Amino acid sequence: MLTFTVSRVLQSLGVLLVASVFTFSLIFLLPADPARLVAGPSASVQTVNSIRRELGLDRPFVAQYALYLTHLLRGDLGRSYKQQTAVRPLIASRVWPTFQLMLGAVALELLLGLPLGIWAALRRGRWPDRLVMGFAFLGASAPQFWLGLSLVYLLAYGLNLFPLGGYGGLSHLFLPALTLGLGGAGWYARVIRSSLLEVLARDYVRTARAKGLSQSRVVVRHALRNAASPIISMIGLDIGVFMGGVVVVESVFGWPGLGRLVWDAIRVVDIPVIVGVVIFSAVVITLANLLADLVQLALDPRIRYS
Amino acid sequence: MKRFTGQSLMGSSLLGLTLLLGTAHAAPQQGGSITVSYKDDVTTLDPAVGYDYQNWPMEKMVFDALLDYTPGGTTLTPRLAAKMPDVSKDGKTYTFTLRKGVKFHNGRVMTADDVKYSLERVLDPKTKSPGQSFYTDIAGAQAFVDGKAKAVSGIAVLAPDRVKITLNAPNAAFLNIMAMNFAFIVPKEAVAKAGEDFGHQPVGTGPFKLKSWVSGQQLQFERNPNYFMAGMPYLDGVTVKVGLDPSVAYLSLQRGEIDLLGDGIPPAQFLQVTRDPKLKANVFSKTSVNTTYLSLNTGVGPLKDVRVRQAINMAIDKTKILRIINGRGVVARGVLPPLMPGYDKAEAGYAYDPAKAKALLAAAGFKNGFETILYTTSTDPNPRIAQSIQQDLAQIGVKVQLKSLAQSSVIDAASTPKTAAMVWSGGLAWTQDYPDPSDFYWPILSCRSAVQGGWNWPFVCDKALDARAGKADRMVAPAQQAARLKEYASIFAALNKQAVWVPVFHEVRYTMKSDRLVGGVDDLLDPTHFINYERLSVKK
Repeated sequence: MLTFTVSRVLQSLGVLLVASVFTFSLIFLLPADPARLVAGPSASVQTVNSIRRELGLDRPFVAQYALYLTHLLRGDLGRSYKQQTAVRPLIASRVWPTFQLMLGAVALELLLGLPLGIWAALRRGRWPDRLVMGFAFLGASAPQFWLGLSLVYLLAYGLNLFPLGGYGGLSHLFLPALTLGLGGAGWYARVIRSSLLEVLARDYVRTARAKGLSQSRVVVRHALRNAASPIISMIGLDIGVFMGGVVVVESVFGWPGLGRLVWDAIRVVDIPVIVGVVIFSAVVITLANLLADLVQLALDPRIRYS
Repeated sequence: MKRFTGQSLMGSSLLGLTLLLGTAHAAPQQGGSITVSYKDDVTTLDPAVGYDYQNWPMEKMVFDALLDYTPGGTTLTPRLAAKMPDVSKDGKTYTFTLRKGVKFHNGRVMTADDVKYSLERVLDPKTKSPGQSFYTDIAGAQAFVDGKAKAVSGIAVLAPDRVKITLNAPNAAFLNIMAMNFAFIVPKEAVAKAGEDFGHQPVGTGPFKLKSWVSGQQLQFERNPNYFMAGMPYLDGVTVKVGLDPSVAYLSLQRGEIDLLGDGIPPAQFLQVTRDPKLKANVFSKTSVNTTYLSLNTGVGPLKDVRVRQAINMAIDKTKILRIINGRGVVARGVLPPLMPGYDKAEAGYAYDPAKAKALLAAAGFKNGFETILYTTSTDPNPRIAQSIQQDLAQIGVKVQLKSLAQSSVIDAASTPKTAAMVWSGGLAWTQDYPDPSDFYWPILSCRSAVQGGWNWPFVCDKALDARAGKADRMVAPAQQAARLKEYASIFAALNKQAVWVPVFHEVRYTMKSDRLVGGVDDLLDPTHFINYERLSVKK
């Protein structure tokens, strides 16, 4: 277990280094000139050149990357070109809202996906099954910006059940979390359905039934525990998927998280913010996957890592 | 020294007129607060740095310049200056007298040293100000920028309330430059205290103070109770909410949660809003001081021939393009927009006439047309407009290949000599920095801007026109202004004959307010400041 953890942590550090090099060089290949974007429209050539020098953008790639890396090792993510403020507190101020949103989305995925998946598995081939599978298909394929705006229009504007966006308590959180989690809920329902169907056909379930246990007891106590195993690693992967999803969902709902921060930064080629968020996300995704592996290891004694 | 009484008299009489008109309506009520929505986060409120339509009016809430304009107008008025400056006979020296006892939000009295500091701060390369080059014509400024001088020799503090600015050469637009946000007066100690975060902790003399700023959520401004203009501002507070998608903001306005749509009316709701008689009363529109055009590179292939460029001017159906943008614009006939001083109403431009265009092409030796490339930004509706141009040009035999790219790539191609034959400027239209026609000449159509990385996309360089514009800019006396504007009109007429652009439209901006917000079109859609927050009020 210890060697496994250590090797995974080392692996993660490697992933982070690669992520930083990759993002940094990708931005270099972009045909966009950050100095010009900082200078804004109608700045003269001299002004743009002067800004380029001040930002250190006239130096070669390797020099810029080396400088960035030495700062990074000291925990300094640099300063935003556009907002003219340090990147680390900027990211720090956006972490909690994004975390809340992801937590809400995971909760809704489980609350919607698990019961629907179980329901479908127990009514296999009948209308509830088809309904759930139809929902899973639609949920997974609906574009999030469309889904988000539709939910806002119907539930917030039409029925006045929720605020029209912005940051706040649970009532503010519900619609963005639902938008983010609906696709995953459908996916979870599918996975739990097929996994449960497989488990329900096993011998030990038949034994449990033969012992005269009630249906709910068989499903919840015996079958579900084994069927839920893929779900745990899916939650770990979800964090990565969500990092992409929050960009859209946060923009639609005006949620002040990392997704909107990076989206705003991409539009103005604010390199320090983009690289900062990518590195931070890489850390979170690697940690989430590591955690999911460890939890699974604890839950399922059959899994062994060497 | 000769005093510029003419301009200041005109300013004060106009001010008197607006005050009179103001009292004719019910006087605005004091108190209350409003909420304004934007999609994007505010980047900075540092007036030396922030330079977009969103932070420009917010900076104006916190800071003041020595000079300002009449609301919605182009007439200069004194602001932090007690009166319009004294100008020397040769037009090179401007002496400003400051208003007495104006205090920064931190309680300190503003002095002439602050004026010198603020201008030097914009020039200092470390500030990375996009406005640096506006001020390099001040004597000694270039030496300061290059690090050869510790101070700008052309800015002299004569007394705590008097500052003298000397230019290298007379420039009729200099006072406009002194009314820009870049010339807002900032207190040195507050900049030193906040360091590089001054843009997030701004301290100025303005009608409002920044109370709080939560990144990604909202900014709150509160009334400056000690503001030097009596009775201003009317509102106790302004909340700027960010992160609202324009469609969501529109729904919030309907619900009464938002008072003003900072990003305007979303395209999807535009027709519904403008047709609904109930909503219409709260919709305002004004032609902006900008021109969206098709740039024709005078150094590339067949476009070198003026007849070809004229033919293209005649072949493009501008009304069809206006339909693509829901009619949110007026047809352009020349470079200057209608609200820009020097605009010539008589300029007819090129009428839509494909037959004549074809004849001109044939005369130029392109009877069977030719192939060329058109660059456009890839954001809607620009690719659709480019397609419309492509169809129009196909009618006269010109086969156009479209290159739809990201904005920065379009700028790169357009500003590299002999690269982009035609560039559609949609999304990158030229908008005034200040209301003076020289701002539509020097940065975009002069020899000095026809360089790699410049904004002169046709790469037109007419030395005779440069000389005429230079001479016009040396006409600084009030009595010469009418002649100066006439000269500029004639310069732009000459450029129109050379057909270096196809001027297509001047955008009309639309915005919408709540029932309770009180403000006229000049306050909600000011061509220079965009929003005059200090003049807005609410019904109680």
